[in-house]
Amino acid sequence: MDRVSRREFLIAGAAAGGGLLLGWRIDARPLSPVFAPNAFIRIGTDGRVTMIMGQVEMGQGMYTAMPMLLAEELEVGLDQVRLEHAPPDDKLYANPIFHFQATGGSTSVKGLYEPMRRAGATARTMLMAAAAKRWNVDPASCRAERGAVIHTPSHRRLSYGALAAAAAALPIPDNVVLKRPEDFKLIGTPAKRLDTPDKVNGRAQFGIDVRLPGMKIATVAASPVLGGTVAGLDAAKAMAIAGVRQIVKLDDVVAVVADHMWAAKQGLAALAIRWDDGPNAKVSTADVVRELDAASQQPGVVARKEGDAAAAIAGATVKLDAVYQAPFLAHTTMEPINCTVHVRPDGCEVWTGSQVLARAQATAAQVTGLPLEKVVVHNHLLGGGFGRRLEVDYVTQAVRIAKQVDGPVKVVWSREEDVQHDVYRPYYYDRMAAGLDAHGKPIAWTHRLVGPSILARWAPPAFRNGLDGDALDGAVHLQYDIPAIQVEYVRHEEPVVNTGFWRGVGVTHNTFVIESFIDELALAAKADPFEYRRALLAKSPRARTVLELAAQQAGWGETLPAGRGRGIALMYSGWDTYVVQVAELSVSESGEVRVHRIVCAVDCGTVVNPDIVKAQIEGGVIFGIGGALWGEVTLKNGRVEQSNFHDVRVLRMNETPPIEVHLVRNLEPPGGIGEPGTAVTAPALANAIFAATGKRIRKLPLVSALKA
Amino acid sequence: MVTLTINGKAHTVDAPPDMPLLWVLRDLLGLTGTKFGCGIAACGACTVHLDGQPTRSCVTPVGVAVGKRITTIEAIGATPAGKRVQQAWLDLEVVQCGYCQSGQIMSAAALVAKNANPSDADIDAAMSGNICRCGTYQRIRAAIKQAARAPSAVKAGG
Repeated sequence: MDRVSRREFLIAGAAAGGGLLLGWRIDARPLSPVFAPNAFIRIGTDGRVTMIMGQVEMGQGMYTAMPMLLAEELEVGLDQVRLEHAPPDDKLYANPIFHFQATGGSTSVKGLYEPMRRAGATARTMLMAAAAKRWNVDPASCRAERGAVIHTPSHRRLSYGALAAAAAALPIPDNVVLKRPEDFKLIGTPAKRLDTPDKVNGRAQFGIDVRLPGMKIATVAASPVLGGTVAGLDAAKAMAIAGVRQIVKLDDVVAVVADHMWAAKQGLAALAIRWDDGPNAKVSTADVVRELDAASQQPGVVARKEGDAAAAIAGATVKLDAVYQAPFLAHTTMEPINCTVHVRPDGCEVWTGSQVLARAQATAAQVTGLPLEKVVVHNHLLGGGFGRRLEVDYVTQAVRIAKQVDGPVKVVWSREEDVQHDVYRPYYYDRMAAGLDAHGKPIAWTHRLVGPSILARWAPPAFRNGLDGDALDGAVHLQYDIPAIQVEYVRHEEPVVNTGFWRGVGVTHNTFVIESFIDELALAAKADPFEYRRALLAKSPRARTVLELAAQQAGWGETLPAGRGRGIALMYSGWDTYVVQVAELSVSESGEVRVHRIVCAVDCGTVVNPDIVKAQIEGGVIFGIGGALWGEVTLKNGRVEQSNFHDVRVLRMNETPPIEVHLVRNLEPPGGIGEPGTAVTAPALANAIFAATGKRIRKLPLVSALKA
Repeated sequence: MVTLTINGKAHTVDAPPDMPLLWVLRDLLGLTGTKFGCGIAACGACTVHLDGQPTRSCVTPVGVAVGKRITTIEAIGATPAGKRVQQAWLDLEVVQCGYCQSGQIMSAAALVAKNANPSDADIDAAMSGNICRCGTYQRIRAAIKQAARAPSAVKAGG
């Protein structure tokens, strides 16, 4: 198939899917004479409006929110657009907050609310100018509506398709007028998601669903201990299995290449690989914690300082101190890790789902030695991200394997491989101290957190002056009005496992610590946890409003059935979103926790789609409950002890409480919403457990501590 | 060679009888709507129907499926219950990443087909084997109730 006909084939294939028309282009040449004033919009002379999605879809609703922003200003209906995955390009599709192509950190709407609208408004302005020129009228006498320009006085009408060629010849204006919020037709409405019709009938294409002519399927075993190497294997036994075609043995990983996954899995088991475990052969979780504890004895780099907190605590009427711990966590995205690669002498093609597409391209170029422009990456819908697909380790590995394979190969990790070779949420270790005056009011607060710097590895320019803004996120945003505050960061890198982002990362851990500790202060002050917080939020009216709303909706203070406890927690961070959660639960005699009800109040500023915001909070809470109650990855002899969903316990239907989400609507700038629901959950649960049992848990996961 | 009846059509595939049905569907027949999630029947992503019964295809040897009616997500919309479930999923905006939803819908369609008024306990019993990491359970529960009580929608929706 030549390039053009293959491209047409792909488009036809996508169109046959109906609903959301999702395709990927195989080169950058225009399909037909088109109007493409920026990297996000393409309008053909046939009137087809294509929106190119620079932010990836992993469930968080970007393939609806981004089109809503573009369509609002372009004046097209969401039913009139088709979507296309963007190609890798760090410049055209840079996330304005990261400055490269990345979807994560709850940044998409926050960072692109105005740029996407501007892209839509630019196109609309040019189409209107083209129409006005054609009619020889003042553009101000025209309006745009559902993909057409209308000359209001004469009711003449030209479709965007009819105007595309003329608009393409016009200069791109620097300044365009954006619509006033009161004129919005889409933004702020619960518009239906564009990606879902194909997700209920099996048509949606995730990376793992790629099928190519001649494609083989491989599954892998990487060294079970980080830093280990392959010492030996029984290739003949694996090759004897029907369907096994090739064994690829690299230093640290072995792949079995086969006709199908079943043969590959059987082949991998038959290899009976022997490993040289390397320097981490004896490491256990206790070793990790011991080193973190030692690191926490030293002062860290000061990230926030008001007054002299240490001196104030020394002179305080009541002194409190505590150590909090949060374990390694695995992501377990429902779509197991996978990447399909075809390496040819003159080029490389990659099919996968990635939150960092240009990095996927760059690593493929580096591994193959090919120039960047010879590496084509096709992105897909992601079957969950949660930070896991902000890493490209699996792309690097798949390309290394594919270099040894003739033809395309789809590398699929087993769930066990995923759990044991994740890029884990770091183990964090925090030292807290506070001093109260005679009335129980806090006069000083110190927070020293110890953990690795993900940013120093992942986005080095963001690691400045010894401070990791992500690890500290939330900790430095403490909203409570306390006269002396000191927040310190001790960077402690982890040699025994790879660590990375996990839904909320720094904020998820810091919110647990801060909101648990403030409850400890309230107890010491003999105050109600809600009233204690409220009194400290005089200078943060948005936080106080959200706190009051959550407490009111949850019936804070009303009597609960015997054995139940209620906990409250506030979250605020660099996402610029305020969430307060009230959790209601009971604890069985054996230490099992039953969550009965969750109420959240949310102020994320301007809301693009309130239903997606609610869905993100609901889902974030569920992710957070499982993580807080049971989530932990532990090490023994350098190996991860967990392996699959039988021992990586996540929340299930029968354990899920009703979750209410109450939105505060205002015109503040939009904040992030993908992660706050997760971040606010662990402390609300921990505080509710204290209310129910009198046990203060300072080490996650909560149920392990209850049973200890 | 085994002959299977999948979504009403006969397929003959060259597969050993112990090969899990999941990989036959996905890798040999290209029916990729059925998902791999765990390989040990612990997550439900691979759920299909065998003679209408929800079944984890990742641990079901293909030999067991011979002679049975196999229904996958690609054709569940052709059944009245499946159609109602899919519509309820869209009406209530259940879906996020969508990867587990093939399995969720197959489990839900089997429940709705035999229970016109599922209680919360019925839903727990039918659905707790299906993991969703995006956390759509609350909406799944509501959508099952809607699908179960809306038989008239079938006729209207064809």
